[in-house]
Amino acid sequence: MQDLTKEILELIRRTSTDLPADVEAKLRTAYTDEEDGSAAQGALDTILKNVDLARSNSTPICQDTGTPLFYVHYPEGLSTRKIKKQIVDAVTEATKLNYLRPNSVNAVTGANTGDNSGDDHYPTIHFEEVDENLPLTIELMLKGGGCENVGAQYKLPNVEMHAGRDLAGVRKVVLDAVQKAQGKGCAPGILGIAVGGDRGASYLASKETLLTKIGAENPDAELDALENQLTEEINQMGIGPMGFGGKTTVLDTKIKGLHRVPASYFVSVSYMCWAYRRRKMTVSGAEVSYD
Amino acid sequence: MKKLTLPISDEDIRALKVGETVLLSGVMMTGRDAVHKWLNDAFIAKTVEPTEDDVTVFEAIKPILDGGIIYHCGPVVSGVDTGDYKFVAAGPTTSIREEPYQALVMELFNLKGVIGKGGMEAKTLQGCMDTPAVYFHAIGGAASLIAQSVQDVITVHKLDFGVPEAMWVIDVKDFPVVVTMDSHGGSQHVTVKEKSQKVLDELMEK
Repeated sequence: MQDLTKEILELIRRTSTDLPADVEAKLRTAYTDEEDGSAAQGALDTILKNVDLARSNSTPICQDTGTPLFYVHYPEGLSTRKIKKQIVDAVTEATKLNYLRPNSVNAVTGANTGDNSGDDHYPTIHFEEVDENLPLTIELMLKGGGCENVGAQYKLPNVEMHAGRDLAGVRKVVLDAVQKAQGKGCAPGILGIAVGGDRGASYLASKETLLTKIGAENPDAELDALENQLTEEINQMGIGPMGFGGKTTVLDTKIKGLHRVPASYFVSVSYMCWAYRRRKMTVSGAEVSYD
Repeated sequence: MKKLTLPISDEDIRALKVGETVLLSGVMMTGRDAVHKWLNDAFIAKTVEPTEDDVTVFEAIKPILDGGIIYHCGPVVSGVDTGDYKFVAAGPTTSIREEPYQALVMELFNLKGVIGKGGMEAKTLQGCMDTPAVYFHAIGGAASLIAQSVQDVITVHKLDFGVPEAMWVIDVKDFPVVVTMDSHGGSQHVTVKEKSQKVLDELMEK
């Protein structure tokens, strides 16, 4: 296969420095929605100025360039081993060029590898095979530690919250998670929620939902309605940008249902910060495009 | 907009109230998880014997922190190989992880404040009242913008902690922050949390 290291490096540069248009547009709407002169509006003003600056200077939007999460769809026959090597090399190079912070530390000693190299799980790469006629796509999400730390997993029923094993119960635990997060995950956030699965699959899917565009309609009408309801109700809580108080606590909510065993009913909430960094590259023959 | 230059006096700190926007200038130091734990273990709880290097670093940071500020930040820095350091991206990190140590560190150095994001809780608020000190909130994620207020990287201590965790001594100009916890017991975080809890309770009844 062709060497895509340089193209993957460009994917990393774009992801770290150039906020996607749908996210920026939503932040601009939030700015106009907040009261003139409020701390919330001031925070959004700073955020938007920073987005412009990061883009024009090609510097990271946020210094926490997070865990690099790669999602690769590869046509049948392509070597995942070779793709992985190119991704790892591109990550190392991106760290040298300061598009990424050296973020990988030993679990026990805390020693920083200095170049974002790590073990089998760092950077995290998910592979999925597709038909041989389809293009290779690589998606990258950079998710910082602050927002990752406010993620939560619940097991229904939850007696304390009177949350049963139904969508009404899902609604309650999600509201609880966001209230507990306050501004610590860099609000306004975007919620990725998975209902069902085992614990591992559930968390994984909660992040995968974040790869879709803001405002994308959920194919499941019931989940779509719950997404809209949650966004609206959460924004009534008044946590606001940075937790300063205000009207915009989340920008969007995304929910995915997963098949589960009858005994388990997990709800996993992944909180994405406003610096919602995700980009995709598509490789069709010699053509490489980015969106 | 109020402007303050480090070191800051107790009078200036007492005059600050929740909600005020301030532009900070002068020499401060970054410090986050590894630094707070190191300070606690070697110099506060004294559960480990400080090495010679630990003592040297401790003596070097004392004058910077007396009347000074710790910035909860793990920056992206260029020139790490050459020593020609420059801050590329330097927004705040979530402060709450330092809650077990912060008040003790404030007292140890006569710190006048910390800069971070997300706010801190009761122990630190008490530390703010006693020392006195304040919690300055920077805008999380605004890393490229904040890096521009860093005029100079003076030196770095404990670079072996890793770039994000090291103590970077920096000279800043007009670093924009909002006071969200003051030295009189005021906390914007408590206010917002209580208000959102009330709304949550109502929503849970529906």
